[in-house]
Amino acid sequence: MTRAIDVHDLVKRYGTRTVVDRFSLAVEQGRICGFLGPNGSGKTTTLRMICGLLTPDEGGGTCLGHDLVHDREAIKRQTGYMTQRFGLYEDLTIRENLEFVGRVYGLDRLKARVDQSLERLGLTTRQGQLAGSLSGGWKQRLALAACVLHEPKLLLLDEPTAGVDPKARRAFWDEIHTYAAEGITVLVSTHYMDEAERCHEIAYIAYGELMARGTAEDIIRQSGLFAFVATGPGADRLAPKLRDASGVSAAAAFGTTLHVCGPDRAELERAIEPFRGDPNVVWQEAEPTLEDIFIHLMGRAHDNAPGVEA
Amino acid sequence: MWRGAWKRLAAIIVKEVLQLRRDRLTFAMMFGMPIMQLLLFGYAIDTDPHRLPTAVIAADQSQITRTVLSALSNTGYMKFTHQPKSEDEASALLQQGDVQFVVTIPSDFTRRLIRGERAQILIDADATDPLATANPLAAAGRAINQALSAHDFVGPLSSLRNKPDAVELVVQRRYNPEGKSRLNIVPGLLAVILTMTMVMMTALAVTRERERGTMENLLAMPVRPLEVMVGKIVPYIVIGSVQVAVILIVSRLLFDVAIEGSVTLLSVGTALFITVNLAIGFTISTLTQNQLQAMQASFFMMLPSILLSGFMFPFRGMPVWAQWIGEALPATHFMRVVRGVMLKGASFDDIATALAALLAMLLLVSILAISRYRVTLD
Repeated sequence: MTRAIDVHDLVKRYGTRTVVDRFSLAVEQGRICGFLGPNGSGKTTTLRMICGLLTPDEGGGTCLGHDLVHDREAIKRQTGYMTQRFGLYEDLTIRENLEFVGRVYGLDRLKARVDQSLERLGLTTRQGQLAGSLSGGWKQRLALAACVLHEPKLLLLDEPTAGVDPKARRAFWDEIHTYAAEGITVLVSTHYMDEAERCHEIAYIAYGELMARGTAEDIIRQSGLFAFVATGPGADRLAPKLRDASGVSAAAAFGTTLHVCGPDRAELERAIEPFRGDPNVVWQEAEPTLEDIFIHLMGRAHDNAPGVEA
Repeated sequence: MWRGAWKRLAAIIVKEVLQLRRDRLTFAMMFGMPIMQLLLFGYAIDTDPHRLPTAVIAADQSQITRTVLSALSNTGYMKFTHQPKSEDEASALLQQGDVQFVVTIPSDFTRRLIRGERAQILIDADATDPLATANPLAAAGRAINQALSAHDFVGPLSSLRNKPDAVELVVQRRYNPEGKSRLNIVPGLLAVILTMTMVMMTALAVTRERERGTMENLLAMPVRPLEVMVGKIVPYIVIGSVQVAVILIVSRLLFDVAIEGSVTLLSVGTALFITVNLAIGFTISTLTQNQLQAMQASFFMMLPSILLSGFMFPFRGMPVWAQWIGEALPATHFMRVVRGVMLKGASFDDIATALAALLAMLLLVSILAISRYRVTLD
């Protein structure tokens, strides 16, 4: 297998603030890699460095075999980058937007490609409509279609489904999987755990540092976290009481159930011991979720980076 | 109830002031603009310009002609800068705009005056700007007769003292014989309108991309900065050309302002000027963050282009520092090109300096624009 992305020790600073700190990542071709991390953790900056929009201050590597710093043009030609904010022209029609992108990449058979893309999108009948009049979900799908029009080998998607309804999100992810099946490598940043689980593998970044890497199962297995679930009336109300207890890294209510986790099993059990007295609440050990792990990692990363503002 | 209204009002006011304070450029403009206007109107602009460059052809040299010339000089309106050897050379000076007036004293001037025949002095004026020529010409006749009466019409010549027309001043207002100000204003408008629309249009075109977030998408695609710059500019070159055509046709039909010189030459000059303005607009867009700032910066460019370019007020009426600022504006040079070609029928040689200045500005601004424009988001 060849590596579509192979970057190492990337550093990006803005003034005295280090936004990305010695970040390394390798993604095999044809894989969907979920890029997770809290807001302001450097996800967008990293994506921009990978697609050549930003020059790393230190580090380097290759993207599709091209040097990150010197072969920007070659990378740009084979990469589709979808910005967090809708990056197409709202005052152009759907068709005009696609045609514009196609011309910038100097594509042949432009009309046929655009027709095909519209058909794939299911927007053939609405091609004359202004892009600005589309709903959020459709805008994202159009942006994705524009990204893949030039048949890139790598897709970099920056929170493509933020603010999109579940149905549209599902459709969007189905498309991503179709592209991956065609051999396209996808690096996609997201905040949604269900989306993270739809990725082949996950990279978790916090405060500019890579904190966890692997498949969802790998990450859960290697997390070293233990979790308990409490069910029964009033279980969810225990969350605020447990959250700050020692040994608890996260306590969150999900509907009427409570989810508690921590890195040390014994300490965690001690923390929940006082609440076991209620006969209506049933405690059960469970597998930690990705969310548990990420919240735990976020806290740890923050402790490691004292100079960084939250 | 009303107490609440005041509090809500105060909340809005505080918020507005906070936002305004954050936008440094807007804030600076609000104070910079009035100060600039005050300085320009107060110090730079003089609707009654003095010390205008004048060429003298004195074919007759006598005590009397010396009195005549010093009288003209003493009006304060004329400053003798050139002594051409022939009428052709003098005409060329007028044509190129090097002098405002040519004073010619014929070889038989003194002889005819002494004989009591009508002695003539010729003044050729570049009347393209009637504002700059009216007062000097009015003052000239009076000054000559007064000076001669006081100094030279003594003894045997004292009889001439009471003859009001002992010396006849023959004035020829060239290029604009009727002294119509619209002949001067209409071509000038070409420069002003183009500055106004071209600079602002491009400045907005690029900042709009940044403001709407489409720039990031554009930069991620394989386009080069020069391609973006030229691609954004070309449509406006076409729009500018249409504007010029409309202005010229309307001026011809409604105001009877014809093009004396070569249309090709005018087109070349105009194309150059449009391009300079677009490059300036592009540069502004690389310096500003949003469309509002781009708009304000364009106004900042426009104001001196109207006031200091010689469009509204005679260029030579301004103090030297203001003239230097004027020289740095493309509108000033284009004003010379367009007035030269349209009113004076200027040739390429006549306006070569102005064209060269525009070309130099284009190169300079383009280099600045390209160096400011980033392929990356760094």
